[in-house]
Amino acid sequence: MFTIEDLTRVMRECAGEDDGVSLDGDIATVPFDDLGYDSLALLETASRIEREYGVPLPDGVLADVRTPADFVRLVNEQSAVAA
Amino acid sequence: MNTAVVTGIGVTAPTGLGTDAYWAATTAGSTAIRPVDRFDAGSYPARLAGVITDFDERALLPGRLIPQTDRITQFALVATQWALTDAGLDPSAHSDFDLGVVTAASAGGFEYGQRELQKLYTEGPQAVSAYMSFSWFYAVNTGQLSIRHGLRGPAAAVVTDGAGGLDALGHARRQIRQGTPAVLSGGMESAMCPMGLVSQLPGGELSTVDDPARAYRPFADDATGYVPGEGGAILLVEDAAAARRRGAPRIHGEIAGYASTFDARPGSGREPGLARAAALALDDADVLPDDVDVVFADAAGTLAGDQVEAQVLAKLFGPRGVPVTAPKTGTGRLNSGAGALDVVTALLAIRDGVIPPTVNVERVGRRYEIDLVLGEARRTPVRTALVLARGKGGFNAAVVVRAAT
Repeated sequence: MFTIEDLTRVMRECAGEDDGVSLDGDIATVPFDDLGYDSLALLETASRIEREYGVPLPDGVLADVRTPADFVRLVNEQSAVAA
Repeated sequence: MNTAVVTGIGVTAPTGLGTDAYWAATTAGSTAIRPVDRFDAGSYPARLAGVITDFDERALLPGRLIPQTDRITQFALVATQWALTDAGLDPSAHSDFDLGVVTAASAGGFEYGQRELQKLYTEGPQAVSAYMSFSWFYAVNTGQLSIRHGLRGPAAAVVTDGAGGLDALGHARRQIRQGTPAVLSGGMESAMCPMGLVSQLPGGELSTVDDPARAYRPFADDATGYVPGEGGAILLVEDAAAARRRGAPRIHGEIAGYASTFDARPGSGREPGLARAAALALDDADVLPDDVDVVFADAAGTLAGDQVEAQVLAKLFGPRGVPVTAPKTGTGRLNSGAGALDVVTALLAIRDGVIPPTVNVERVGRRYEIDLVLGEARRTPVRTALVLARGKGGFNAAVVVRAAT
């Protein structure tokens, strides 16, 4: 099961963390825009997750991802599809 | 016509981070040329560079920007912050379209690029960072500065090798004259990676001397080529009237003249493009050679390059007719960062009435009829300075900097 902690760890590593924002709080439903992440940061994160967890996240699946909760749900869905 | 003045300065140089540290080191004749330390260059024919050793990007920049930026961009972001602070200008208090950005680069984000290319051929395309799409591109600094500060005025990236820093400032001045109130401009360079160093080797002008005090000695009889360096400067170029209206804390000086030329085909026998660039820039500033108090030389460090420049200066100003200096002997050649940094140095020379020295050159070569400022700084009133820069392939640029009136 891919968790929000997994997501924040990957994002910190590959896209960095903004000074004014903490990823440690309850951020599951905070839009990525408000956390300081743009579409490219999400693309980079998806690519890292694909490689590290072996979950396919092809182009386009990120289109509806707005929040960390959306992202975690997507990874787990894609993981189930791939299994 | 609108007058383009400099109201903000940001410096990241091997000899100093920040204007005050850089100027203190430069007037003292300090040097930062040392063995390249960002990778083991021990087996390379050229092993020295002007290296920035104390730059802490994590303390100076938001964490989000680190994974997506090469060193050239980190330098540019930090120098820009300093330039804006110096100018007392908060971009968010101005209309987006009133602020432009023009930067120069010649290599782009080479270190970042090499790292990601290595991932490409060792781990495959999936391993390459999405940020590679822009981080190694030579327009990246213009883009990142525009995004960070919300600048939506005229934007451009200039790629004319070592002439780039001056060409960027020249273009910024053009935008000011066409009505943009303020433009961030300058050049940054860093190629302290194997790809960056190796790509300069075929030119045959990199010094292979191992002694940091002997490797880069322009205008010496036994000059041995150049040592590369990293860093540069970002300046806030502003319309003088706009600067006055907003109560800018200081005017460092005016970018009074600018010209760029391209060399004729080698062997054509035509005069060097550098001569035309210098003369045209003086003309553009409406000053006579006699009005010039100091020349900041391009200082190639090669026999051919030094000969051309010394001849141009002796012809324009008369033999030993004007003090000439090359503070870049302490930083190495910063490529497109050099012209911007030399303009900063010229502005500080005007402010303090001090011409900083050319270091490591004991004596001017017999064939050069120039008054090179050697050893230690020369104290003398400076009102007007000519800054020269050249780029490989035939680029020449000249800027005239004048004290604010």
